[in-house]
Amino acid sequence: MAVVAGKSSGNIIFKVLAYTLCILLAVISLFPFVIMIINSTRSTTQIQQHAVSLIPSTYFLSNMEVLLGKSFDPLKGFFNSLIISSSSTICTVYFSTMTAYALVAYDWRLRKPFFTLIMCVLMIPAQVTSIGFYQFVYKIGLTNNFLALILPSIAAPTVVFFMRQYMIPALPMEILQSARIDGAGEIRIFNQIALPMMKPAMATQAIFAFVTSWNSLFLPQILLIDTDKHTLPIMVSQLNGDIYRTEFGAIYLGLFLTVLPVLVIYFLLSKHIIAGVALGGVKG
Amino acid sequence: MKTKLKGVSYAKWGYIFSIPFIVIFLLFSLYPTIYTTILGFTDCKGLNNTDWHFLDDPFANFKTILDNNSFKTSLKNTVLIWVLNFTPQITMALLLAAIFTSHRNEIKGKGFFKVVFYMPNIITAASVAILFNALFAYPVGPMNDIVVSVGEFLHKINILDEPTKPYNFLVYKVPAQLIVAFIQFLTWYGNTMIVLISGILGISPDIYEAAEIDGSNGWQTFWKITVPNLKTVLLYTLITSLVGGLNMYDIPKLFNEGGPDNATLTTSVFIYNQAFSGNYLYNRAAAASMILFVIIAVLSAILFWIMRDRDEARFEKEKKMARREAKKKEAANKWQ
Repeated sequence: MAVVAGKSSGNIIFKVLAYTLCILLAVISLFPFVIMIINSTRSTTQIQQHAVSLIPSTYFLSNMEVLLGKSFDPLKGFFNSLIISSSSTICTVYFSTMTAYALVAYDWRLRKPFFTLIMCVLMIPAQVTSIGFYQFVYKIGLTNNFLALILPSIAAPTVVFFMRQYMIPALPMEILQSARIDGAGEIRIFNQIALPMMKPAMATQAIFAFVTSWNSLFLPQILLIDTDKHTLPIMVSQLNGDIYRTEFGAIYLGLFLTVLPVLVIYFLLSKHIIAGVALGGVKG
Repeated sequence: MKTKLKGVSYAKWGYIFSIPFIVIFLLFSLYPTIYTTILGFTDCKGLNNTDWHFLDDPFANFKTILDNNSFKTSLKNTVLIWVLNFTPQITMALLLAAIFTSHRNEIKGKGFFKVVFYMPNIITAASVAILFNALFAYPVGPMNDIVVSVGEFLHKINILDEPTKPYNFLVYKVPAQLIVAFIQFLTWYGNTMIVLISGILGISPDIYEAAEIDGSNGWQTFWKITVPNLKTVLLYTLITSLVGGLNMYDIPKLFNEGGPDNATLTTSVFIYNQAFSGNYLYNRAAAASMILFVIIAVLSAILFWIMRDRDEARFEKEKKMARREAKKKEAANKWQ
């Protein structure tokens, strides 16, 4: 009996500590964003008197006026970001599945070296080669052009790796064989048989490709000089500048507007996103 | 083998389907890498300069960069901020993963906590950096509001002699570094936690069952079973985090422009500042990139080696199993 009692009191202590830690971390994680949302509805004067408040105010629209009055055009940025992110997501997912298909469905001589190459370049980040990348893009005249950000996403080694891992068990060769016997061409087999079978993996990768592209700052900042072409993160980076120095309400509102699309996507798809992180982490 | 049917070879389709990847890779990845390497040995500087020559001393840029105090500071800062963020991050992630996978003590609201903990990771890093800049604003900002209120309260109950004055977090080096490290921590601990949870769930439940039968308590189970079995996942997290840390750009750049006094200048911010502002020193930036590239390549090689090792181990295990199976069959045949 004593052992049982000891165990249950240990359980209670464990639970109390665990819940305390979880709630504490949840508060820390949410606090900055809650402050951001609430302060976006408060006037600069209110923020200067008490910057922390949990009660929303009524200055949302007047903050909006200040924000938009200073050449900040979140709608333009939103559409620029949307065009770049959705096009590069489509490119990444479609062509990575195609490359994975080449690696899984066919037996060709350079298959192994090709896969090794993909593994080798898996971790090389864009920043490291940005000087040469910029010079190249400048030479072919694609600066200030969204294509310079969209086309490179056709070659996404991490996604190819993930797709290959997923495809090996999910795509039975027998189905491809029977399609061939029925007289289907290879391109048609890929588009109408292999692609639909990869839908779950493609959906997961699409979410991540979209969010990564949506959030990226380094390359867009280098390549897109025209104000017309600026993406949301570039616009955010200007919120720190002198023109908004004293307009706290407008800064918080600007930040809120820029993270809103990501937050909406996240809360709609959080289950898939977390499952995707878990899958990607173990596999590579 | 299966891809061959009645003597028809489909091998060429493997090449055809790889063409888009290969073309784009050569143009936008390999060529820029080689080009960056070459620029490191030249005198290419100035905005959009296309007229450049190789230097007489090919390694002059590399020498300059390695002697450059800002570059040294940026390397030190990168490592320091990475350590300050990774230590609490991995500790917290491991702790949470252990809590969330505990069989004896089921925690309610796991789904909710996971969603909340992962959320900062998905939010635009640029926005998070600017948000923290606003949160730590001086003299009035949310953090200073809290500092002053707590100070006043402590003063009222006679613990402090004087009410606290607002603190200018943004002009002192150590607070700035701590804040950047904290932002990194906040954005990544949820991600690491989820990776570790899936790693723990991948450990065979039989081992845990055996431990429980042997009377192992939660603490022992954690250190003797969970942690050793997570070794590969932990190393994976370590190296990806280190590479990510070396590329840290958005947060230090936007939080305080690498300041105050270069305290949060990271290698990526250094490269950006060299190449795309001021004197447009493409050659120096290229040399710095190559140094970074070598560091990352070494780290990736280590990771690659670890991952391959694991696959080989699995293969060895399968071979052993097959051999055992064969022996069993042999034994069975003997008895027949």
